[in-house]
Amino acid sequence: MALFDSMGRRWLALFKGFHGNLSFLGETTKEWLGMLVHPGRFRFGDAALAFERAAFDGLPICGGIGFLLGVILSFQSAAALQQFGVEIYVSDLITIGLFRELGPLVTAIILAGRSGSAFAAEIGTMKVDEELDALTTMGLPPVRFLVMPRVAAAILAMPILTIFAELAGLVGGAIVLEMMNVPNAVFWRHVAATADTFMILFGLGKACLFGLLVGLVGCSAGMRTQNTADGVGRAATAAVVGGIVSIALADGILAVICYAWNL
Amino acid sequence: MEPVIELDKVDAGYPGATILKNVSFDVRKGEVFALLGTSGCGKSTIMKHMIGLNPVLGGRLKVCGMEWSDRTRARLCRKIGVMYQSGALFGNMNCLENVMLPLEEFSRLGRKARRERAMALLADVELADAAQKMPAEISGGMRKRVAIARAMALDPEVVFLDEPSAGLDPVTSASLDNLILKLKSEKAMTFVVVTHELPSIFKIADRCAMFDKSRQAMIALGVPAELKESSEDPFVRNFFSRGECHV
Ligand SMILES: Nc1ncnc2c1ncn2[C@@H]1O[C@H](COP(=O)(O)OP(=O)(O)O)[C@@H](O)[C@H]1O
Ligand SMILES: [Mg+2]
Repeated sequence: MALFDSMGRRWLALFKGFHGNLSFLGETTKEWLGMLVHPGRFRFGDAALAFERAAFDGLPICGGIGFLLGVILSFQSAAALQQFGVEIYVSDLITIGLFRELGPLVTAIILAGRSGSAFAAEIGTMKVDEELDALTTMGLPPVRFLVMPRVAAAILAMPILTIFAELAGLVGGAIVLEMMNVPNAVFWRHVAATADTFMILFGLGKACLFGLLVGLVGCSAGMRTQNTADGVGRAATAAVVGGIVSIALADGILAVICYAWNL
Repeated sequence: MEPVIELDKVDAGYPGATILKNVSFDVRKGEVFALLGTSGCGKSTIMKHMIGLNPVLGGRLKVCGMEWSDRTRARLCRKIGVMYQSGALFGNMNCLENVMLPLEEFSRLGRKARRERAMALLADVELADAAQKMPAEISGGMRKRVAIARAMALDPEVVFLDEPSAGLDPVTSASLDNLILKLKSEKAMTFVVVTHELPSIFKIADRCAMFDKSRQAMIALGVPAELKESSEDPFVRNFFSRGECHV
């Protein structure tokens, strides 16, 4: 009985969270549409600041992880390919792997950890401090003031961070292959031959989508912060977990679509 | 005197949690109206209904003749100014920018005029020299005064102050009271003030309403000095006379 009771409560909470997210999405969409009519309403200054923090301050970590990813992928696949004496195909493998899948995915996970949590904590602190109420009673919708600039920043930051991580990953691969006596020139020629425009654009499109998800989930978690001692901490956790889950879900759905349409 | 805020049999609280039942009173134009009661009795809850943050659970609440709804929200927001308990200044803007924000969003003033108006408001609360400071760099009392300046920016008809003097030293608290009286006489604004401080109640409040948590009801309504003398309710008399020793 108690088990059913607690399960029921869980489902109810889940449903309530879902409902809260839906109304948040509705409000955000409404504000986006309003922004098309009145572009002057967009808070460019706030967006620029959020962009600087999400994109430029995130370059080192994204570059570093991307580089390591390239190195690891090369070593692991080289071991197998070397048996057939075709370690040069490592370059094809990491190009496809990075541009199609791992570049956007890993960058988005880093963004969720760095910026998604920051969005939630910033907005959550403002909520606990009654600043959201202050905006509301001044007739300024918090979604327009706090959510739109951050979501826009996350969407714009993702392609930049992703490209940077991917290039760093390729450099890592080039170094590993150099050690296996594949000349750099040959490596980059293979990369250029493998990476087609569609693949790169598809990856960057995915990156933007992931940025949208991380931004929305982070801000939504911040807006729903509870006014308790650990409220802001919980909001930040929810932003990271929710961000990563939604990225994985979206990526899975995209993978199925790509398979079905032979992309 | 015409009423600016009318509460008619209002049930106050949050969805699933009624805090106060059947509350009826009017706030008249140009008066300072105090909301009194022990901590947690629902003063802020009532105030949040009045400023349209939470819908009432029952009854009718009108501000400037209108009920809060999606259609009236934009108009009503322009008629009120709110100072929150913590000040609720925006931490990423300095004091001047905080006061200028409502002017930027809603007034037709030019850039220079907005700046001058905001500086004048800060001068009103005697904080002109803190204009360029960030909220984190000034004291709690100063933050509350900047918040009052921000609440006054668009010349609202009603100003709501949630515990303006809580946690302040007696000198700062008295200067806040003087500020409220000055603004009331100069600008003929209506004030709704949540407060615990008895000296401040007797000094600034024209009328007050008192709430009791255990009875979930409004237990007194009237002029503070009269309530202190002649209230039938021991709880009310006790509340007012207990403060004597502090005065
Ligand atoms: N969001 C909320 N949901 C449910 N109950 C609340 C909420 N906020 C406050 N309360 C309860 O409402 C009561 C009155 O709170 P409040 O109006 O803030 O008191 P105060 O008179 O000190 O301002 C308290 O008992 C508090 O526990
Ligand atoms: Mg309160």
